[in-house]
Amino acid sequence: MNKLKLVIVGHVDHGKSTLVGRILHETGALPEGKVEAVRAMSEKRGMPFEWAFVIDSMQAERDQGITIDTTQIRFKTAARDYLLIDAPGHKQFLKNMVSGAAGADAVVLVVDAHEGVQDQTRRHAYLLRLLGIRRIIVAVNKMDLAGYREDRYQEVRKEVAAYLRSIGVNAVDINFLPIAAREGANVRARSAAMPWYEGPTLLEALDAVPQPLSVSDLPLRLTVQDVYKFDERRIIAGRIESGHLHVGDTLLFSPINATARVASIEAWNAPAPATAGVGQSVGITLDEDIFVERGHVASHSHSAPVVTNVFRASLFWLGRTALVPGAQYRLRRGAAETPAVIERIDRVVDTNTLASGPGDKIEWNGVAEVTVRTRGLLAIDHHADNALTGRFVLVDGHQIVGGGTASTEDYPDQRRNSAPKGTNLFHVSHRVAPEDRARMNGHRGGILWFTGLSGAGKSTLAVELERRLFAKGYQTFLLDGDNARQGLSADLGFTPQERAENIRRIGEVSALFAEAGMIVISAFISPYRVDRDRIRAAHGEYFNEVYINAPLHVCEARDTKGLYRKARAGEVKDFTGVSAPYEAPIGPELEIKSGEWTTERCLAALVDYVEEHLAYRPAKIRVVK
Amino acid sequence: MPLRKNSRMNYLDQLESESVYILREAFNRIDKLAMLWSLGKDSNTMVWLAKKAFFGHVPFPLIHVDTGKKFPEMYAFRERYAKEWNLNLVVRPCPPVEEVDQSLPPAARSAARKTLGLRNVLKEFGFQGVIAGIRRDEEAIRAKERVFSPRGEDGTWDLKDQPPEFWNQFNSDVPPGTHLRIHPLLHWTEIDIWRYCQREKIPCVDLYFAKNGKRYRSLGDQDITSPVASNASTIEQIITELQTTKVSERSGRKMDHESEDAFERLRADGYM
Repeated sequence: MNKLKLVIVGHVDHGKSTLVGRILHETGALPEGKVEAVRAMSEKRGMPFEWAFVIDSMQAERDQGITIDTTQIRFKTAARDYLLIDAPGHKQFLKNMVSGAAGADAVVLVVDAHEGVQDQTRRHAYLLRLLGIRRIIVAVNKMDLAGYREDRYQEVRKEVAAYLRSIGVNAVDINFLPIAAREGANVRARSAAMPWYEGPTLLEALDAVPQPLSVSDLPLRLTVQDVYKFDERRIIAGRIESGHLHVGDTLLFSPINATARVASIEAWNAPAPATAGVGQSVGITLDEDIFVERGHVASHSHSAPVVTNVFRASLFWLGRTALVPGAQYRLRRGAAETPAVIERIDRVVDTNTLASGPGDKIEWNGVAEVTVRTRGLLAIDHHADNALTGRFVLVDGHQIVGGGTASTEDYPDQRRNSAPKGTNLFHVSHRVAPEDRARMNGHRGGILWFTGLSGAGKSTLAVELERRLFAKGYQTFLLDGDNARQGLSADLGFTPQERAENIRRIGEVSALFAEAGMIVISAFISPYRVDRDRIRAAHGEYFNEVYINAPLHVCEARDTKGLYRKARAGEVKDFTGVSAPYEAPIGPELEIKSGEWTTERCLAALVDYVEEHLAYRPAKIRVVK
Repeated sequence: MPLRKNSRMNYLDQLESESVYILREAFNRIDKLAMLWSLGKDSNTMVWLAKKAFFGHVPFPLIHVDTGKKFPEMYAFRERYAKEWNLNLVVRPCPPVEEVDQSLPPAARSAARKTLGLRNVLKEFGFQGVIAGIRRDEEAIRAKERVFSPRGEDGTWDLKDQPPEFWNQFNSDVPPGTHLRIHPLLHWTEIDIWRYCQREKIPCVDLYFAKNGKRYRSLGDQDITSPVASNASTIEQIITELQTTKVSERSGRKMDHESEDAFERLRADGYM
């Protein structure tokens, strides 16, 4: 029978154990005579009976090897079986809580009607959301001590709802209900003391939680675990993390971008199936022997994962030594593993107040928003699109030290690389060689690629440099961001994807100018390193990366176009440096410190560079004596 | 999408799929890997799952750490299925009881021979990982186990400080001199095993089936295992019996009940 895995969390003394005891009692999961025995024992000791004693007593028995499990307690309703996971919430046991709770399908968050939201209420809710548990049942407990008053229930409900909303839990995934666990009110039976409450009881609400596997309409993700050649078959083995596949489907393997069709789904001691779905460990053969290895992700080509080496993430850190930017870890996404660095800690989050601030490290059990950069390309999903394939762990030495959920929105998908789509393309060679043009012009063609923040001075310097070079007899032309946006890239917006395409187009146009013998000055923010590197890879002989470097605060203080003010006010979205990342060049050909230097010094450095590197010097003429 | 409905898994399929995933991870991540085969229903299920995972093959050695005190039916079963399942079987005897920790109670001492025997096999072959068929529902201490569970030098287990394990990511690297225990059945229950054996028609020793009002629920050494009262003589009847019983599976295993901490001590020292 299907099981629902359930975890019960909440602040200390808000009634978790009492609720567990009461649920077990109401569902008949307790051994016969147990409650009577504990009641009698309490009376003998002169203590009021507590449901928590039942749990304690079972634990003691269990340790003598008689009753049920302490870490996973089972109970059942008429609808299905439940597995209650014990997830100790003490801060020092976070790794145990994570290990237990990460597998849960739903969570019951117990909140004391009198005390309302407390530290651990917030902390547990935050971590459970980070772990990907979406269904939350908020049990406002101890209603008996609050006089079963509706107004108090509504107050607490609002307080919890506000917090859950602030951490991104969808209202449709939350149930609220008032209970008194000790009395059993609204646990199984409806409470006469709270006639104003008309919703489901706790057990009814649990039974209404959908079985997780029945809701998967997500695109296919099959992470390759291994490739077997035990016999004549070459079997690609892995588990379907989401979606479905059929024999005959064309699969796209990422990040390698290779496709092949499913020839068969293999099985031992069972008929070979024609289809396989989410959760299944499968083995498939392909119609072509393409290179596939552990870590590659198969999808359908119209709904492929993102391929990237940089993304933002929410991270919880379990390492004993603090995480610092720049330190190397191994990142695992499914079966894929690649070296990775936390490039930047964007914000360290206080789970109590949700206040977030800058930080230079993440302490043991801390939570932060970070930017991750992997050495190899990684196939990953935006976590909001696919929770299972949008998460990863970090490994340090021999141990998992952290987990995170990925946000891929701020960076372009790197799948579409420079490979041309057409296949019948031939490069037409020119009769006029670049050397001929250089001799005629007195200089070589080249691209001066200005990159930097908005307001760093790119356009100002580019305009003046063009004038000065022209005056010195150089064939020059200026390509400017705003101008290109009005024509060449008029169809593009400002998403990471569109920014990448814009830069690709300008790179190609720049290269044509350079090939024609001109010195083209291309002044674009071009925030992504990978986009600039792509132009360098395609046209390295012409490409000169010039970093127009002024710090953000300087650019923002200048704000010549008033854009920073608008970005801070939220009027301009995806603004580089404010709400979208800027990746500074590593080892540019030239760095112009426009934040420190005078315009004159900047221009002098630029002109010097051109004269040194682009002026034509004929190959030495051999003098015959 | 009519196909979707057919491809949805039932509960046993889910258990199987999870175990297959774990076995494949172990096989990929660990160079020197072996599986423990104690000839009971759980380890037979494990061998079966390996054949599922690797499409009819069992690509690592099977180890039987032999106490020499198993039931004759079990030895017969071993000889037959090692051949029939085409297993690479390694049998090693356990050292005599005089060599184990004498402060343990008598039955635990007997069980501890297996710990020593296993330690010797690990040393002999240099195994970095051993797959063992323990389950969380068997016993309180086992309930706290991880799927990939690191063992220190000499095979010891640090129950109090286990590494985190979540999102199907396992700690699969071993520092030199240590090894991993891999537990592909950790999430199964006794009744799950029987339902799966029934569905898959996995053979087992007939000591599990009742004769003269008694049957074995769990098979260990002859001298420290006793049968329970039962009339269940088929798998169907065993499943029915388990749905109502309040007696624990290992109640017939003497070493679990000698003293409060005997089993915990055994496991901390490296027992399965």
